[in-house]
Amino acid sequence: MAAYQLQINGKKMTAEVEADMPLLWVIRDVLGLKGTKYGCGIAQCGACTIHIDGIPVRSCQIPIAELSRKAKITTIEGIGEIALHAIQESWVEEQVPQCGYCQSGQIMSAVALLKNNPQPTDEEIKTAMNGNLCRCGTYDRIQKGIKNAAVALKTGTSPVRNDK
Amino acid sequence: MKYSATSRRLFIKTSALAGVGLVLGLPKLKGETLSSISKNLPPEFINLEINPFIIIRTDGSITLINPRPDMGQGSMQAAPSLLAEELEVSLEKVTIIQSDGQRKYGSQQSGGSSTVRGLWYPLRKAGAAAKEMLIQVAASRWATSTDLCFAKDATIYLKNSDKSFSYGELAEDAAKLPVPKNPKLKDPADFTLLGKYNKRLDIPSKVTGKAIFGIDIDVPGMVYACIQHSPTIHASIISVDDTQSLLVKGVQKVIRCKRTMPHRQSDAVAVVASTWWAAQKGRSLLNVKWDDGQLALTQTTDAYFQKAYEAAKKEGVRHEEKGDFLAKFNTASAKLEAVYETPFLAHAPIEPECAVVHYKEDGTAEIWAHVQGPDGGLVDAARFLGIEQDKIKFHVPLLGGSFGRKAYHDYLSEACFLAKELKKPVKVLWTREDDITQGPYRPGMLSRVQGMVANGKLTGFHHHAIGESIVGQVFNGLKPDEADPWLSGELSTENNQYQFPVSKVSWTHVKTDIPIVWWRSVYASNFGWGQECFIDELAHLAGKDPLEARLALLKDERFRKVLETLAEKANWKEELPAGKGKGLAIFASFGSISACCITVSTSGKGIIIEKAVSVIDCGHYVNPDNVVAQTQGNIVMGISAAIKDGITFSNGKCDQTNYHEYQILRINEIPEMEVHIIQSGAEPGGVGEPGLPPVAPALGNAIFAATGVRLRRLPIDITSIS
Repeated sequence: MAAYQLQINGKKMTAEVEADMPLLWVIRDVLGLKGTKYGCGIAQCGACTIHIDGIPVRSCQIPIAELSRKAKITTIEGIGEIALHAIQESWVEEQVPQCGYCQSGQIMSAVALLKNNPQPTDEEIKTAMNGNLCRCGTYDRIQKGIKNAAVALKTGTSPVRNDK
Repeated sequence: MKYSATSRRLFIKTSALAGVGLVLGLPKLKGETLSSISKNLPPEFINLEINPFIIIRTDGSITLINPRPDMGQGSMQAAPSLLAEELEVSLEKVTIIQSDGQRKYGSQQSGGSSTVRGLWYPLRKAGAAAKEMLIQVAASRWATSTDLCFAKDATIYLKNSDKSFSYGELAEDAAKLPVPKNPKLKDPADFTLLGKYNKRLDIPSKVTGKAIFGIDIDVPGMVYACIQHSPTIHASIISVDDTQSLLVKGVQKVIRCKRTMPHRQSDAVAVVASTWWAAQKGRSLLNVKWDDGQLALTQTTDAYFQKAYEAAKKEGVRHEEKGDFLAKFNTASAKLEAVYETPFLAHAPIEPECAVVHYKEDGTAEIWAHVQGPDGGLVDAARFLGIEQDKIKFHVPLLGGSFGRKAYHDYLSEACFLAKELKKPVKVLWTREDDITQGPYRPGMLSRVQGMVANGKLTGFHHHAIGESIVGQVFNGLKPDEADPWLSGELSTENNQYQFPVSKVSWTHVKTDIPIVWWRSVYASNFGWGQECFIDELAHLAGKDPLEARLALLKDERFRKVLETLAEKANWKEELPAGKGKGLAIFASFGSISACCITVSTSGKGIIIEKAVSVIDCGHYVNPDNVVAQTQGNIVMGISAAIKDGITFSNGKCDQTNYHEYQILRINEIPEMEVHIIQSGAEPGGVGEPGLPPVAPALGNAIFAATGVRLRRLPIDITSIS
């Protein structure tokens, strides 16, 4: 058992845990940030996606001891803390979530995509998002939600749903 | 809308008092004890006979109770909308809470696509009755007729005046009135909420990570349990060596426990720890010796299907028959017979099974479990804990998907078992591997189908359904010589409306110990495949276009409209180049009619699913956008079921363990999709499931159209067809 210092959503936090505990469980059960979800534990579903230094990663695969001390972690709670991110606004406009369980992970992947590629093509969206499973089948709306958010970010407007 | 734990606790206090009452006009509860409130209650209040779904407090705050847990299907919007439409309140301005299983809420089971069709009248009546009572009070205060009063936005107005009372001002007096038995319901033409596009109010919390799912429940003093189940599901324990497990930091205890399923109870071993990670690690270090008995031989999907294919060579038990099918079939000159197969499937909701149970020293318990039905969950929990239902506080958080799975309370049974041992709050969380390998599953089924044609017409159809029965295994409710009664909802002429001169539905029960349960759209997900592909086979035998052959058999106007709309929207008649094909299918289930048309093309790497167009007639509905969303979800899940891995058992064990082996559709695999709703204005039908059954057969028929290959066994490996 050791005390690990973490930077999560701009705040310093300490977790006293075993070295092999995956970041997912540190975030959820030790630090109480429940927005990041468990789905498979083997990086197949993407429900646990967070950002480390802006890069989307599966937090179920990162033992806390392997995390760099300087790593800046962002979870769903840190996205749009002051105002919703364009992806989140677009998700509401497009009415993407059904059960909503996978959506934290979907949103983390989508936010990272637009940061690196502000105007992705359909194919690029599919490639960036195909690590995130949704059993409710909201993929069509995810695809559209990302497109609409990209337009909004480019034009400095709010995301607009096209079929409404 | 708020989904708050505080108001929920407050409500439990209130409703415990109210018996079967409409809760109107309760004073603020803060700081008051139960006995002080009950003293203040007028005697009439206790005797009100109406649904207890509405609470209006004297401070004007309004709470609506949603009696159907939300697993994604939108019941958190749909059910309160039925109340709000008649009560004339805005959902944005009320608090919506989930019912807690008490009987006064009636059936609370989310399942069978029943929320809107089951509650369309009861909840509207509850809203309308409350509104009439509020109007009566206002009218009497103004010494005028109720006809001169009207309700709008939680306020009663006097016509042609500037007078008004808020609901809060009227509530206390309204609670003293008798409840109208037959309140007047609004004309659908006057609806402002029902049938209109409205954003789902649960969605903002689902994009910020704030929504509370079953897995997110934390209770002070809680411990975690990870449970080692038998790899062959029903094996018994010979020995448990927990030496290594107990050395793991955080592991507190290893307990032998029981997993209670409807048909059997199985041994399991729970590792209890201060974190779930430690519990899981401890579990991986257990050394459990299991006695598998004969399971390695008997509990395999190969053995099961072998028995089923044997059964397909014989006649089954008759479920319904029109004319003498066999006599006509035997003498027909143009006829076909085939067997269609659907595999076992896991529900695989992304949130695995989870329950938190706190059994207290005083013999009461508090439970947080993402069950589909709070009422059924409460009944089962009372049984598992061996205490009365009124000793249990039952909370139902959001379900992170379910598709039928979480209505099966084995995970709750384990949490109850451990809670009783531990006498402190315990969270049982299944791993994904538990979810995939332990079941219950949609049963694999066979459809043995026979049919004949004459003079370009389909003249007879026999659907012989073969497999394990949900009624039989889950409810122990099927006699050996009885056809599964649920076939009535799926294959009967009354349901599918095909008017064959002779037709028959029959059944053979093939048993298995592999745990089964309903899966999105239940048997319709199995039998739609055989029925609708075989109709195509017969159409081709008769030399008819599959659309025309169906229309020739369908008299019902709603069915015809669905098919005709599909043909138009999917451009059915367009000429396609070689290597491209369209297939369609129609299936009625859960009170709605749905049809799907899929377009495929061949490529060097197999089949590409290009487009899916679905049409649904679900009668009256609450939110058209949610009807579209559910139908889109059904297209995705239907394709997933058609082309992705099924569940197989070899040597008594499930061969798939996690999403890498039990694959579900990913975003790069979905086709372009369109959904169209028929505005029939008919009685409400289901929405969550009916879109699924036509998807797989539409795909099978499209593959035939594109390639000439007739596929009868799911799943299809689309990469190997050309």
